[in-house]
Amino acid sequence: MKPFNTFAGALLASAFFAGAALAQTELTMWYHGAGNDNEMKLVNEMLDEFNASQSDWKVVITAFPQGAYNDSVVAGALAGTLPDIIDIDGPILPNWAWAGYIQPLAIDETLIKDYLPGPKGVWDGKLYGIGMWDAAVSLVTRQSYLDELKLRTPTLDQPWTAEEFQGALDAAKNSGKFEYALDLGMAWTGEWYPYAFSPFLQSFGGDMVDRSTYKTAEGALNGDAALAFGNWWQGLFKNGYAQATQDPADRDGGFAAGKYAFSWNGNWAALGALAAFDDVLFLPAPDFGNGSKIGAASWQLSISATSKHPDGANAFINFALRPENLARFSKGLGLIPATAAAAEMTDNYKAGGPLAVFYDLSSRQGLLRPVTPGYPVMAKVFEKALADIANGADVAATLDAATDEINADIEKNGGYGH
Amino acid sequence: MALISADNRGLRLATRYAVLGLIAVIFIFPLIFMVMSSLKPDQQLLEDSGNLRAFLPVGDISLNNYTAAFQRAPVATFVFNSVLVTGVTVLLSLLICSAAGFAFVFVNWKGRGVLLSILLATLILPFETIAIPMLLMVAHLPWIGTEGITWGWLNSYHVQIIPFVADGLTVFLFVQYFKDLPGELIEAARVEGASWGQIYRRIVMPLSGPILATAAILKFLVMYNQYLWPLMVVQEEGYRPVMVGLQYFFQLNVAWGEVMAYLSLITVPVLAFYLYLQKAFIASIASTGVKG
Repeated sequence: MKPFNTFAGALLASAFFAGAALAQTELTMWYHGAGNDNEMKLVNEMLDEFNASQSDWKVVITAFPQGAYNDSVVAGALAGTLPDIIDIDGPILPNWAWAGYIQPLAIDETLIKDYLPGPKGVWDGKLYGIGMWDAAVSLVTRQSYLDELKLRTPTLDQPWTAEEFQGALDAAKNSGKFEYALDLGMAWTGEWYPYAFSPFLQSFGGDMVDRSTYKTAEGALNGDAALAFGNWWQGLFKNGYAQATQDPADRDGGFAAGKYAFSWNGNWAALGALAAFDDVLFLPAPDFGNGSKIGAASWQLSISATSKHPDGANAFINFALRPENLARFSKGLGLIPATAAAAEMTDNYKAGGPLAVFYDLSSRQGLLRPVTPGYPVMAKVFEKALADIANGADVAATLDAATDEINADIEKNGGYGH
Repeated sequence: MALISADNRGLRLATRYAVLGLIAVIFIFPLIFMVMSSLKPDQQLLEDSGNLRAFLPVGDISLNNYTAAFQRAPVATFVFNSVLVTGVTVLLSLLICSAAGFAFVFVNWKGRGVLLSILLATLILPFETIAIPMLLMVAHLPWIGTEGITWGWLNSYHVQIIPFVADGLTVFLFVQYFKDLPGELIEAARVEGASWGQIYRRIVMPLSGPILATAAILKFLVMYNQYLWPLMVVQEEGYRPVMVGLQYFFQLNVAWGEVMAYLSLITVPVLAFYLYLQKAFIASIASTGVKG
């Protein structure tokens, strides 16, 4: 009888748990990480924990490759097949909110009161998305290079001025020790351009659009400050400080191989640099006159406008924002946790940790890309303009043309609701 | 004079072979580069890409990129999906477009000239201009399947097949080819009492080997390279084709060796299909046709 009892017990138990599972309402979720095994493993771990933590909701995920994700979401929105939860790249959130693809979140405010500004996806005064992490860019170099080139070590409080940065580039170039003084990551394209390079423009005093109205780029992208930025940008390549086209292998391993004195790179590459040298420094962006700036905002969680279960989707997002989940992605992927409390739960970002400087960079220098539905077009126009200028195009004419293109798009879309 | 003429012939022959050889090299070297690169680690692949080593199996050669490609993405599923969707579309397309071409050329009916003109006019429309209206349409069409009547075709094989079964170009190819077939054959068959169906099946199609091969190759390439449409209408991984699958390999740092391994794998069906039809193409020219 004993084996029978055991069997009957197991049957009853499985029937009970199956019943509990059946009682859960299914929430669908789309995520951009297909092809990235590490990231998907972490996401699935979190989903499993959420699904097991309560009996009301069960999140079922569909992963898309990142390069195909945005188009799939837009097609899904047109066809009316968006899932309950989508993740969304921070800078395009205003566009999707304006287009009516997503709805405002209803999450526990206490969870985000100490948040970095970057991961909050706000449009029209409402929170539409929230990220579990941020990303930051720094000027990577070595203490031994600074000592050898007799350069001051800049700090968050006292970053290099434009003159000091120019002096550093000159010193590196004239030393003859490096193939190029500066690695800007020109092997990367797409969002890297506005994310990594528009903060230089903003530090000069220009911008991709006039943020006071968001209705024109006139003066912001082709004014005196923007022209000064454009000339400086072109000079980097014309004068041999940086390369306009770069082999991807050099982007990946050039700094570690000693080809560059300085590398403009993100926190996601920081562990590689630390592994290559024991005296690596992550310096703040130079201040070109209007403060040191770096890009902010990364991927965020949001709820589709057509979701029939926003309460369940909000419950999942509330769960995702727990410090242990923020720390999970930081530990697994090297990303910057969205809160100081979560940062303290990681070896890399806790106070005194090797990457703690990136948390400070994000909180003190992070600047959102223009918060407007017109951003996707601006980003493409900006990328093309910078690539053209890097390859020798006339600075003023290129920036004027870019300004006209952005203005035409804003006008065509009735001001994008601003 | 005879000697000079022989020299000229030799020179012409040598020049011809040299030009053909050069063209062959231009066409085949990208394939060799792809396969050789798929066998090398990323660092070596990028280092070799600037010299002739890129075309040689030298250095640290292994199948590691293939293993990694299968781990990163369900490659077999993607290839199966593409082969299935492409194969079914090609077969249906040959059947329907040839029948349409036959009706336009041999059967007398009112308005065929106008309808053919309208059909040809669709050739100037890029797919991108009709993609969104098509998406809105297929998202709400009914379908009868194992679950009875369902609404919306998204996430299925048929949504990737049916919109591409008939197209203006393929019909046009058949129309042009059928126009060159001897009309006497059709007239003789009609006099003998053959139906249109019999003429299509027993006379016209057996004579259409070359155009069937050409149309099949063109359709195969278009369908196998589909990207935008499946991206829009297929969200489930189980229905994704190879070109959408390629995006799995483009992360922040691209694993170029894996990309090349994946491309090598997905190129196999294309090459196999092309080589198979190339033989059919030659055979059909040799064995069909009416002389005199």
